[in-house]
Amino acid sequence: MFDLKYISGVATLQLDSDKCNGCRMCLYVCPHAVFDMDRKKAVVVNHDSCMECGACAMNCPEGAISVHAGVGCASAVLQGWINETEPTCDCSGESACCG
Amino acid sequence: MFAMSNEKQDSKKECCKKSAEGELFQIIERRENTQPDWIEGFIVNGNRKIPVVSKTLKFSDRLDSWKARWSSFRMRFSIDPGLYAVGNPDAQSEVLVSANYKLSFDRLRSRLDGVNAWILVLDTKGINVWCSAGKGTFGTAELVNRIKYEKLTELISHRRLILPQLSAPGVSAHKVKKDTGFRIIYGPVRANDIAAFLKNNKRANPEMRRVRFNMSDRAVLIPMEMMQSVKYLLLVSLVFLLLSGLNSEGYIFNDIPDEGLNAVILMFIAYLSGGVLTPLLLPFIPGKAFSLKGLIVGIVLMGGIAIFSHKYPGLFRSNIDLLSWFFITPSISSFLAMNFTGASTYTSLSGVKKEMRFAVPAQIVLAVVGITLWVISQFI
Repeated sequence: MFDLKYISGVATLQLDSDKCNGCRMCLYVCPHAVFDMDRKKAVVVNHDSCMECGACAMNCPEGAISVHAGVGCASAVLQGWINETEPTCDCSGESACCG
Repeated sequence: MFAMSNEKQDSKKECCKKSAEGELFQIIERRENTQPDWIEGFIVNGNRKIPVVSKTLKFSDRLDSWKARWSSFRMRFSIDPGLYAVGNPDAQSEVLVSANYKLSFDRLRSRLDGVNAWILVLDTKGINVWCSAGKGTFGTAELVNRIKYEKLTELISHRRLILPQLSAPGVSAHKVKKDTGFRIIYGPVRANDIAAFLKNNKRANPEMRRVRFNMSDRAVLIPMEMMQSVKYLLLVSLVFLLLSGLNSEGYIFNDIPDEGLNAVILMFIAYLSGGVLTPLLLPFIPGKAFSLKGLIVGIVLMGGIAIFSHKYPGLFRSNIDLLSWFFITPSISSFLAMNFTGASTYTSLSGVKKEMRFAVPAQIVLAVVGITLWVISQFI
């Protein structure tokens, strides 16, 4: 009931199932169980849980996954606005301090 | 007698422990006064000397962790990158890869009860696994270089590495395999599950693969977030203190303690609302956007204060004074709550950008209206 769900319908994650070789790597690396297997191919079953960390795309040997990876961190976005750059996160090293 | 036979068994076992290159592994017994003090001894192999690290945390380790959580500065708690050992590993033992942030390393080594393994510590500039993977410092290039630099293939006979799952945003397993021949196995998210993962044939169950963000996970992050924003609290408080001398008769310094202190206390409540209450109660507050959650908590708190001030009049100069805080407190609370997205484990960049497009202008409008009302209330 009190599940933590963030803003829906915005994640940039895309999976091209035709390229998938069924290695399951994306299932292993995803921290939010976004993927599942269906007839030996990976499928996205929980798109709104994607936090765009980029682990799946990084570890897909077939290049079947694309995502605009970044840290969901407001102060990084703010810094980016001020400096007119991409969001930059210069944090002091706490666990998940910046995404 | 008993001790003798034990000794014999041990020496028999010792004789067969050889590295991939055939060099003997010899353990140098625990030494006193090693630096740093979490090194218990060394494994000598040919001309190499690999530190054996303790599996228990000392008081000084816990103090480090406490200090790291409270520091608002770029205070690094890093250890030297390189190869370490836990227990009594040999050429067949697993290699666990970690970051050189001391908290990450301490957590890993303290959860390895009964495990003999190597720990390969990468140079992540003293930053934890997930953050450094996001930046790419815990990355393919660093891992490939470290494998070669530490000459892993001379020491161990297998070609497997166990990486924390949360390093995956920075490491491309198939590229590491191509460059070094090492196969990467992603272990569990939490070091707590490592021993169970190793026992379970290096398979993580779905629960081990999920990132959580429960009450205690959120609570430990609060100090650092608060320390990062406390300077703004002090600065804005100072502005309120200076402004509180203003009134229709000009500027009265004697008004500052009375009027100004009220404002500072209310600022502090707003700070606690967005920085402590909202993160702690996160799943129980309606809304998805953090800024909205912070706004709601700020309004609810102000509602409580309004009821309280109704019973104890005199807390506010006038209804306009009270009204102004219905704008200022939610604005600050919303902003601080929004900044907690950076500490959370489930917010996406696209989502944060989307919420900020609405939230930041709204926060500015609320603050400007609130401060204007507050200044006006001093003149009537």
